[in-house]
Amino acid sequence: MSHLVELTDIYKIYKMGDTEVHALDGISLTIDKGEFVAIVGSSGSGKSTCMNIIGCLDVPTKGSYKLNGKEISNYTPDELADVRNKMLGFIFQQYNLIPKLTVLENVQLPLLYGGVPEKEQRERAMVALGRVGLGDKAKNLPTQLSGGQQQRVSIARALAGDPSVILADEPTGALDSKTGKDVMKFLQTLHREGNTIILITHDNSIAARASRVVRVTDGRIVYDGPVSGDKLVAEQSAAGRDEEDE
Amino acid sequence: MGLGKSFQMAISSIINNKVRSLLTMLGIIIGIAAVIILISVMNGLTSEVSKVFSEFGTTSLNTNIRSRPNVEVTPEELYEFADEHPDLYSGVTPNISLSGEFKTPDAGDDTVSVSAKGVSEDYYDIQKLELCFGRFITYQDCENKSNVAVIGSFQALYYFGSCEAALDQTVRLNGKPYKVIGVLEEEEDSTESSSDNAMYIPYTTMMKATSTGTVSSYIVNAKSDEVVYDAKSALEAYLLEAVGDDDYYTVTSFQSIIDSMLEMMDKMEMVLVAIAAISLLVGGIGIMNIMLVSVSERTREIGIRKSLGAKHKHIMMQFVMESGVVSCIGGIIGIIIGVIFSLLAGSALQMSVSPSVGAIALAFGVSVGIGVVFGFLPARKAAKLNPIDALRND
Repeated sequence: MSHLVELTDIYKIYKMGDTEVHALDGISLTIDKGEFVAIVGSSGSGKSTCMNIIGCLDVPTKGSYKLNGKEISNYTPDELADVRNKMLGFIFQQYNLIPKLTVLENVQLPLLYGGVPEKEQRERAMVALGRVGLGDKAKNLPTQLSGGQQQRVSIARALAGDPSVILADEPTGALDSKTGKDVMKFLQTLHREGNTIILITHDNSIAARASRVVRVTDGRIVYDGPVSGDKLVAEQSAAGRDEEDE
Repeated sequence: MGLGKSFQMAISSIINNKVRSLLTMLGIIIGIAAVIILISVMNGLTSEVSKVFSEFGTTSLNTNIRSRPNVEVTPEELYEFADEHPDLYSGVTPNISLSGEFKTPDAGDDTVSVSAKGVSEDYYDIQKLELCFGRFITYQDCENKSNVAVIGSFQALYYFGSCEAALDQTVRLNGKPYKVIGVLEEEEDSTESSSDNAMYIPYTTMMKATSTGTVSSYIVNAKSDEVVYDAKSALEAYLLEAVGDDDYYTVTSFQSIIDSMLEMMDKMEMVLVAIAAISLLVGGIGIMNIMLVSVSERTREIGIRKSLGAKHKHIMMQFVMESGVVSCIGGIIGIIIGVIFSLLAGSALQMSVSPSVGAIALAFGVSVGIGVVFGFLPARKAAKLNPIDALRND
């Protein structure tokens, strides 16, 4: 059976003058349906490049990327746009909502570009907003909401297109710890419901919420396994549980 | 994503940036208004000119023959020539003018100046005169050199109180008596300086009165506007043969004067519209400029849209539609301003200036076209943005 995400020997090389910078230096990684994976690494480790390639926002210099069994490393920009639209849902650190559109219109966007009829767009967007508990804020502008609410809108937007993979890039980075925890709990709920979630973070305590950790350093994977196997994350995981027990 | 949705997006983006959108439109507004005003005023002027000239009779060929020893073209010969070409000519009349003192026998010193004309019966149809009482000069009057006259409504009202009362009365021109056989319909306001100050007598009578033997001035009437040029050249050929030297006669057609005048005005209109079109070009560049700024400002928005699956065509459509709609609204405002100012100009110049539907449709099409063409480059710049670079932009 093929994996949902399958990266094989992926390189991303930038030319800076005469020197080549290997942002990704031969990464191989598989993720199956229903997994909750945290890609952890410090800034400059290559985790963001990794997320951009998984998210079809960027193409690898070399290597093979199969999403749902299809080789997409040689797709055109428009084909990649289609893949992002149909298969991927993004949650960004900065929420990335369009400020002059209402909450509802923001959540409708992926459906709009997916060619869904207007009426169905609204219905599905309202369902997604209902799932994050913001059904009553549909007519508001994003700037009228708190940071945590805005992030929940962006989660609703990611869910609206019913994607195969949810990619969360530092989803709690701009939130205070309390709302950050709420967002993480919500992601865990989504995971329990059967969604595949890939979380990109530098924060070990956040990574501890996932069920599998992939640690990236200098463009290579240095650890890939359960949370308990990664020393840094495991420590945070234990601390986190202690906190919750209190 | 259909056109309707793109249109909605464009409208809300324009509403979000009202002042900027208005300033962007300004070039188009001025350009379109200028084009409409110029075309309307020029059209008004053109129709005014042709109207004025057609009052002279567009089919009339004014023919002057200078006397030359031993050479004579008699009215009879000219009649005969015209009769031989019924497909070209529909009438010939001598057209002799005589300025004189007009009065009635018992008016004493109360005289008016009149430019009397000696004409034949054809004159009535050629000049499209209208009588209100009596009859016009007939062939018999000319044959008999009758002392009869058709007078204008000015004379009739001035000396007899009404047109009807003048009939069968006697009037005098330079002392000689004429019996009034007809009174012309009022054309203007029956004052001395108007065309209602008129007097027509048979040309033979006038020749006798002035003791001249030859007629030097005729109006030869072409059958229709279509044959007026053929009629003119045939008449010239005939006169060249009859007179022998083209220095001794002239044939002037009002139609050819009108035609060359209209041609000149057409050229002038083209030059003026071309100048106005420059402001449209400048307006288009203004739109392109603002759209480029808008694309830079909205780089992040473009990145977000792309990350959510917007394709090249979606982003293209969004920005081309926006510049198209801005330009189109500018065009509509320009058309409204243009029409209003055309009508104002029309009433100020006291002529009928009506902006043509064609000019308005053209102006609208041009403004949409400008928006699309000048929006294309910025839209392509937006559509080509790399999604990650766009997302990183603040």
